[in-house]
Amino acid sequence: MSTLLEVSGVTVSFDGFRAINNLTFAIGPAELRAIIGPNGAGKSTFMDIVTGKTRPDSGSVSFGEKPVSLLRMSEAQIARAGVGRKFQRPTVFEDQTVSENLTLALKAGRSPWAVLGWSKTGVDDERILALAVQVGLGDSLGRKAGILSHGQKQWLEIAMLLAQEPRLLLVDEPAAGMTLAEREKTTELLVEIAKTRAVVVVEHDMEFVRRLDCRVTVLHEGAVLAEGSLDHVTKNQAVIDVYLGRG
Amino acid sequence: MRAILQPRHRSALVFLAGLALFTLCVTVAAHFGLVSTSFVKTLGKTLCLCLAALAMDLIWGYAGILSLGHMAFFALGGYMIGMWLMYARTEEIVIASLLNGGLPATPEEISQGIATQIFGVVGASDLPAIWGFAHSLPLQLTLVVALPGLLALVFGWLAFRSRVTGVYLSILTQAMTLALALYLFQNDSGLRGNNGLSGLQNLPGVTAGQDTVSVWFFWASALALALAYVALHSIVSGKFGSVIRAIRDDEARVRFLGYSVESYKLFAFTLTAVICALAGALYYPQAGIVNPAELAPIASIYLAVWAAIGGRGRLYGAVIGAAVVSLLSSWFTGGRVPSIPLGFATINWVDWWQVLLGLTFVLVTLFAPKGIGGLFDRLAGVHAPDRKGAPLGPDDGSLQEKEAQE
Ligand SMILES: Nc1ncnc2c1ncn2[C@@H]1O[C@H](COP(=O)(O)OP(=O)(O)O)[C@@H](O)[C@H]1O
Ligand SMILES: [Mg+2]
Repeated sequence: MSTLLEVSGVTVSFDGFRAINNLTFAIGPAELRAIIGPNGAGKSTFMDIVTGKTRPDSGSVSFGEKPVSLLRMSEAQIARAGVGRKFQRPTVFEDQTVSENLTLALKAGRSPWAVLGWSKTGVDDERILALAVQVGLGDSLGRKAGILSHGQKQWLEIAMLLAQEPRLLLVDEPAAGMTLAEREKTTELLVEIAKTRAVVVVEHDMEFVRRLDCRVTVLHEGAVLAEGSLDHVTKNQAVIDVYLGRG
Repeated sequence: MRAILQPRHRSALVFLAGLALFTLCVTVAAHFGLVSTSFVKTLGKTLCLCLAALAMDLIWGYAGILSLGHMAFFALGGYMIGMWLMYARTEEIVIASLLNGGLPATPEEISQGIATQIFGVVGASDLPAIWGFAHSLPLQLTLVVALPGLLALVFGWLAFRSRVTGVYLSILTQAMTLALALYLFQNDSGLRGNNGLSGLQNLPGVTAGQDTVSVWFFWASALALALAYVALHSIVSGKFGSVIRAIRDDEARVRFLGYSVESYKLFAFTLTAVICALAGALYYPQAGIVNPAELAPIASIYLAVWAAIGGRGRLYGAVIGAAVVSLLSSWFTGGRVPSIPLGFATINWVDWWQVLLGLTFVLVTLFAPKGIGGLFDRLAGVHAPDRKGAPLGPDDGSLQEKEAQE
């Protein structure tokens, strides 16, 4: 199986504390993967490394068919290479409308000159409307993102992620603050997206992970503790001890 | 046609109509001698300050970068045009006086005469190398744009590349202004030290009186303001504006969308520096003199105060703020406002105006964060996010909730 993202032997310390410890991880071009692990396991830090926000002390991160190292690229370059990220907290641009938020994310030239020369075509309008409808915001295009509910902001951010058309999506706790119905819809959407691209989902909620029905990687103290189907990892004694046992 | 009548362009159309009407009224009034030449100049200069405030609003109000150095670019623009004005004007005088001597003057005599005339005050008699282009209007006009533009580009590149943001960036811009002012204060800077450049109101080769010239400059200033307004409006109302507002509110998030935040900041910083320089190039021929005091850090702070009082993040707000405050300022400091005797003390407005302005700034910041421009928004009725008082993004320059309301 070919791999899209390959992280190997990565270590990160914050003031001597090893948040990520010799971590190795790989994902294929059209694969859904869930990452679980107790609080502080390093899940968000892992995403920080892949997206260029945090530089590892050692190890390598390569991306694409003809693998390129992400370690020398800036956050913006990594995003342009096709890595999209949804943060744990919903981060949308509150002072801008839903439509403006989606327009910002829409795949198009990212340089100042390209943006100055850009103008919205009918195709863009249709795409924005379709994305908004897909996440249930079809009638909110003209509203400012700041007045949306917490769940709606999460959805808007997912739609922005889709608008970017990334090849790899990193989704940090998408279901946080969502109602049961919203969670179900989110799983459906993630499963659907993963048919054409790689999706990594960090989640706490076991029911949610079960519905994703995919390979699971368990992180603990910055390293992979176990990997396999959900049933497989939940039978693992080490996993039971450090994670399931607690909560 | 339908496109420019969209609601998002309404404020720009109203602004342009207002500016055109104002220009017409002043022209008519000047023609019939209803207003003095010096008042026409004051109005023309005010339009230039509005232009600088427009630039300030783009860089601070939209991009969230509180630059406290943009008046340095303004003054540099004045210096660049001033060099040609002074050189060409002195050249005329020197040639005329040499002609009185009978023999036609040689080029050496002329250039020596010019150097002595201009640099006598600082005890020098050679034209410094930086005056090498001063004989040519096109070259010096190029410098009006090129020098401040280049300075902004280099400064911005260094600052933004190292991700200096917030108050540290403001301090850095302030330091740049101060360094430049101190440099220009030196007699051997080649720009006449603290004397600065003077006599700039006299246009070489123009015989028309100041009453006519003042109206020309007034028109040029109004035209420049109108063009810049249209250009900046089209920038901020499109996707570029959306990107820089996003950078203002949460620049980390913008990076993860694939935008190179640094390039946008550099673009906005340099563009606004050039606009300020052009404004300065129109301002100083009306003021008549440019000297290093014009680069004093306080000038750039004023610019920020205008934008804040007018309402940052809306172009017309900055223009209104600059116009109202600078006109009031020249009224109060002009000595024409009667002092208020209080018995034990007298309120002399020339001195107390600063206090009044400072107080207004504090009051506006506390109670009307959207500034004067906010009043117009209230009429237009825009929706506001409810953040329970939290800023609209995690970054230092991000819009505060109150600024975005309604
Ligand atoms: N920028 C940072 N500075 C210092 N410590 C950090 C930083 N980021 C994360 N950590 C620490 O690294 C560990 C892993 O954090 P994180 O990746 O956020 O865990 P989680 O798996 O809950 O997302 C935590 O102990 C956290 O305190
Ligand atoms: Mg986390």
